[in-house]
Amino acid sequence: MSENDGERIVFVTVGTTCFDSLVKTVDTSQVKDELYKKGYTKLVIQMGRGTYNPIKCSGGNGCLTIDYFTFSSSIVDHLRSASLVISHAGSGSIFESLRLAKPLIVVVNEDLMDNHQSELAEELAERKHLFCARPQTLQQTIQCMDLQSLIPYHPGNAKSVSELINRFLGFPED
Amino acid sequence: MIDYFSTMLLHQWLLLISSFLALILARICYVMYKTGKPLCKTLQPLSTLIIMGSGGHTAEMLNLLAVLNIDRFEPRFYIAAATDNMSLQKARSFEDSLTNKEGRNCQYVQIYRSREVGQSYITSIGTTLIATAHALWLMIKFRPQVILCNGPGTCIPLCVIAFFFKVAGIRWSSIFYMESIARVRRLSLSGLLLYKLRMADQFFVQWPQLKKEYPRSHYVGCLM
Repeated sequence: MSENDGERIVFVTVGTTCFDSLVKTVDTSQVKDELYKKGYTKLVIQMGRGTYNPIKCSGGNGCLTIDYFTFSSSIVDHLRSASLVISHAGSGSIFESLRLAKPLIVVVNEDLMDNHQSELAEELAERKHLFCARPQTLQQTIQCMDLQSLIPYHPGNAKSVSELINRFLGFPED
Repeated sequence: MIDYFSTMLLHQWLLLISSFLALILARICYVMYKTGKPLCKTLQPLSTLIIMGSGGHTAEMLNLLAVLNIDRFEPRFYIAAATDNMSLQKARSFEDSLTNKEGRNCQYVQIYRSREVGQSYITSIGTTLIATAHALWLMIKFRPQVILCNGPGTCIPLCVIAFFFKVAGIRWSSIFYMESIARVRRLSLSGLLLYKLRMADQFFVQWPQLKKEYPRSHYVGCLM
């Protein structure tokens, strides 16, 4: 159940990183208005080690309700109750969201050196499992996104590796 | 007369040293040939070193451990970098969740890092030497028969030492390397080293682009 009492929650997560440019971008009126236009009612931001604090808001008057926190032992509950997830490009956050079949926008942090994370986000976006953006293009991505165009991601498992390892080590087949 | 004997002695020493080097070279060639060849049938459990990395690496390693016939990999030694607090906790939670706990013999160890993110390369030489010494100590202590790793830099000193142990006949460790799912087009530095130096017995990649680029790898699809 992703909607509570008609609420449509957007959950923003940066994992254990500091990703101030994403939090700042999400906190701009342009992005908040865009989300409001798309029918979302609440914005919850997990800001990790970030230093920029968004402005909390209790909603009403055509505004989103806004709340934020730094860390949580598990964000699964927040993910479950979300109608849209906006995440940094960490593989853990990406696959947790995809496993829960949540519409996902991955925002790549361009301040990171040797940004290999973008490879994963771009590949999954090419396969239409999520939308990929940069902080500067987030508003546009939200404006143009068509959630129906997303293809569900089928989680894998490591059984094939386990079988190869077993065979290599000479263990009997299961 | 004395010159003659000195020259003789020198020649003998040179012969000895060359023979010794030739022997080592032959042994290294044999080890590289044998690496990647499946082992004979076995029923005994194998001692296993599990190298944990931060964040996504830990999640991916636990994802693999969850589907292994875990009883075949005993005793298990978990290693994580000294600055990584979460991974060993998660490993403990995993072990606690297993049903058959009798005779459980796991160890959880932290190892010095070769290099912190952003550390200068000059100071990294010193820290890498310390990390290698620590890795040597741990490998002598554990002498694992199987090593599971999936990317963090922590695995390099351990795998290099495992290779030397193979050459020296101290212990044959089968090294399984699983490149992270986040690596789509390029290998990580650890992966590149293990692949090029042919140190991993089996090298798994999760995306077809990597299989194309590195044909000796095994393409296993996305594991997450």
